[in-house]
Amino acid sequence: MKKLALSALNAFYSKISETKTLIAPIESAGQVDFGVWSEGAQVRLDVLKTVKSAKGAFFPQVEDMVRFHVQGKNIEIDPAEVMDEDFVIFGVRACDARSFELLDRVFLSDPVDPFYAARRAHGTVVTLACGEPEETCFCTNFGIDAADPKGDVSAWIVGEAMYLRANTEKGEALIEGLDDAEDGAVGETQASIRAIAEKLPFGRLNLTGFDGDHLMERFSDPKWAELSRACLGCGTCTFVCPTCQCYDVRDFDTGNGIQRYRCWDSCMYSDFTLMAHGTNRPTQLERFRQRFMHKLVYFPSNNEGLYSCVGCGRCLAKCPQGLHIVKVIKALGVKDNA
Amino acid sequence: MILERVRALMSEGVADRVLGWEAGESAYDRTPAFFNSENLDNLKYDSFCGCNVSKYLVAEMPKEGKIIALIKPCDSYSLNQLCTEHRVNREKVFALGVGCRGKIDVEKLRAMGVKGITDIAEDGDMLKVTTLYGEKTVARRDALLDKCLCCKGKEHKGVDEVIGESEETTVGDKFGMVAKLEAMTPDERFAFWRSELSKCIRCNACRNVCPACSCVKCVFDNPNTGVANKAAADDFEENMFHIIRAFHVAGRCTDCGECSRVCPQGIPLHLLNRKFIKDINELYGDYQAGEEIGQRHPVIDFTKADAEPSVVHQRGGAKA
Amino acid sequence: MHDNIIPMLGVVTEIRTDTPDIKTFRVEAIGGGKCFEHKPGQCAMLSIPGVGEAMFSITSSPTVKDYQEFSIKKCGCLTEWLHQMDVGQQITIRGPYGKPFPVDDALLGKDLLFIAGGVGLAPLHSVINYVLDNRKNYGKVDIVYGSRSKEDLLDLPEIQSSWMDPKNDMNVHLTIDRAQDNWDGHVAFVPTYVKELGFDPDKNVLVCGPPIMIKFVLQALTELGFEKTQIYTTMELRMKCGVGKCGRCNIGDKYVCKDGPVFRFDELGELPSEY
Repeated sequence: MKKLALSALNAFYSKISETKTLIAPIESAGQVDFGVWSEGAQVRLDVLKTVKSAKGAFFPQVEDMVRFHVQGKNIEIDPAEVMDEDFVIFGVRACDARSFELLDRVFLSDPVDPFYAARRAHGTVVTLACGEPEETCFCTNFGIDAADPKGDVSAWIVGEAMYLRANTEKGEALIEGLDDAEDGAVGETQASIRAIAEKLPFGRLNLTGFDGDHLMERFSDPKWAELSRACLGCGTCTFVCPTCQCYDVRDFDTGNGIQRYRCWDSCMYSDFTLMAHGTNRPTQLERFRQRFMHKLVYFPSNNEGLYSCVGCGRCLAKCPQGLHIVKVIKALGVKDNA
Repeated sequence: MILERVRALMSEGVADRVLGWEAGESAYDRTPAFFNSENLDNLKYDSFCGCNVSKYLVAEMPKEGKIIALIKPCDSYSLNQLCTEHRVNREKVFALGVGCRGKIDVEKLRAMGVKGITDIAEDGDMLKVTTLYGEKTVARRDALLDKCLCCKGKEHKGVDEVIGESEETTVGDKFGMVAKLEAMTPDERFAFWRSELSKCIRCNACRNVCPACSCVKCVFDNPNTGVANKAAADDFEENMFHIIRAFHVAGRCTDCGECSRVCPQGIPLHLLNRKFIKDINELYGDYQAGEEIGQRHPVIDFTKADAEPSVVHQRGGAKA
Repeated sequence: MHDNIIPMLGVVTEIRTDTPDIKTFRVEAIGGGKCFEHKPGQCAMLSIPGVGEAMFSITSSPTVKDYQEFSIKKCGCLTEWLHQMDVGQQITIRGPYGKPFPVDDALLGKDLLFIAGGVGLAPLHSVINYVLDNRKNYGKVDIVYGSRSKEDLLDLPEIQSSWMDPKNDMNVHLTIDRAQDNWDGHVAFVPTYVKELGFDPDKNVLVCGPPIMIKFVLQALTELGFEKTQIYTTMELRMKCGVGKCGRCNIGDKYVCKDGPVFRFDELGELPSEY
């Protein structure tokens, strides 16, 4: 375990950014999101939930894939370079850290996604224990310990100091040189975080029946119709979600070639499955159902029961109409959820 | 009281269904919902029903029968505007005006540092907030939605019946921020909007919730137009999206403030619309969209007294 | 370099007009030869930069050494463009994607019944020619193929000269939806014809066509005593990545691009019929 005075954090950021890009929760125009640190940036480690999750560090909202030059009948293909520089993402919460494991299941499974894999290989993740979990948090349902986040380095803020523990070689390298500290220094903080986590209003949801074995039962539930009725069909839940990873591939005529890029997509959008002859998900009911079935049934069915939700609660805080995964779990789940 | 009245209206055969709100999972979650005589008990109306439900009526129009819609004073403007644009048939709606003394914004509480909210009780002008970290007391007026700070007044416009008392909750000048922006140099103003609009994640919540955005198919949802609705091909695209949208709703926007309420990134989108409203007021005389059904807004209504186009051009952002 | 999602170049070396709205495009690598090896039933993503990219089944058999073919119906942005292009046009291609028909295991040595409607023959064309080139490895072969009219029958010259050639020992049953002057063959919808022909349920069936045809063919086969475990089909949904990551072509917990496009009907039976 290492120790760093909070007053020395800025110097630490500075030192990291001498050799690597540093990404941290930074306030800009009143909102806190992960962004590239530069001298003078307002790092907000006190803010529990960035608006967007940390997934963008590995799976950016827009990413170039390949550029084409078209001349007459001829085409030239110029693939985009994969990331080849090291970077550090600082201040990731336990829920977002788990989301990386879920994204790995998608992007690192055969065939490996080259862009994501390169970013994963070059990234060092510094997590931060959640000082004060909020009522929208429900990570406890997914076996996540907000008091002991994973990552290459785990960090805790206790009083005026940050304690850091390296979990991997990458992590060791990042914090070597900092002052040593007693391993037990964060015990009390951990205990108080866990005590709050015990009291979370949605901390113990009953997820019985959300699995591949009950696929048709969940899919055919008549409640989807009422649940989806107020859904605006916007992409807020999708875009703030740490585990939503569906993407679109689009071409953009730059005037000097065709840039093919991928961008976050939302199954809530009407064009998500649109084909020349129409779409197989014609109403918001099918789209809404797809999003939650994917997270609570399809994904676990293909991944040993692992849910594609980390309980970060961003959708609870951000859905304009108060529709979110907890509401769905309670509506469709077994009775004692009600 | 509202529930009883709705039940009575339904038993009188006025309507067979109701559009209102239902309680969600947390103390403050309120979701627009439809009710019939069977689930009417779930109807909930309180200080957290900030959402404007009038646009949900559009999808109800092809259906048979009449629907009771719970309409706050500010929502009544949206309803009227939708009727003016023939998106809602007023004959098929029983607009039940409900009293409003301003709606509470949980984000405001969070911004004050109130964390872990598990319950919120109203006690006159104060809110007693129970949290995972103890009790907090907050002045109600400090926790109101931004749109309530520019309240259109306690009067419901053109509803069928009003139930409950309303209060006007306006604080300050609604064009104050617009005037501040107008007073900036073009560079400062550009920087302001770039910094705000660059937060946009293209979730389309502003468009989807907007009662003036009632096109059956939005141009941004048409894959053949080449303007993506979900990603910015270059970093100016989302800026243009909002500006184009503001132009499209100019004259029709009632200033309901839903765009800013729903924005997950806290972009003050209503300021774009309000700039148009201010300009319209100054060029053509005061105008409030949605005040009554059948209005022709100044942008589409030529009169001899209209400002000459050259005057419009010269005035730009400056006051005449 | 990252070849699973970055395409390679191909060139269109021959274009055949098969029906009023279907053309077959021959694609070779730049410098000749196939762009990659594939198995019958697999697909590839074809694209014209700036126009679009979409998944198409590879129509030609893997036994064809020098090129791959795609029979494509004109129905959207990209396909309209493809229908207007000339020989010599370069396109981008990536693949092969998806699970093939189990021609080298489950279907080996079996009697086979192919049922196709319209452009649904395209994916089966690859399998049929593969079977034909390895004829001794399979039992009796029946092909039921129908389309709206004679003009809409895909690959008719090849069907008549090759598949119907007695030395290939395959029974071909053609049908069209409505009677017309220059047609003395059968007239019926495909499902009806399948029932009329009354096949023994000791075969494995490979079926592809419009969803409504598949639905009624399935009913007809069930009436004839076939089990879902004997019937294979191939599916199509909107795809962007082709490798099970972009998240849109799922039916229940299965991705059509990765877990399909070939499914045995008992696998689909456990999945929602609307998705």
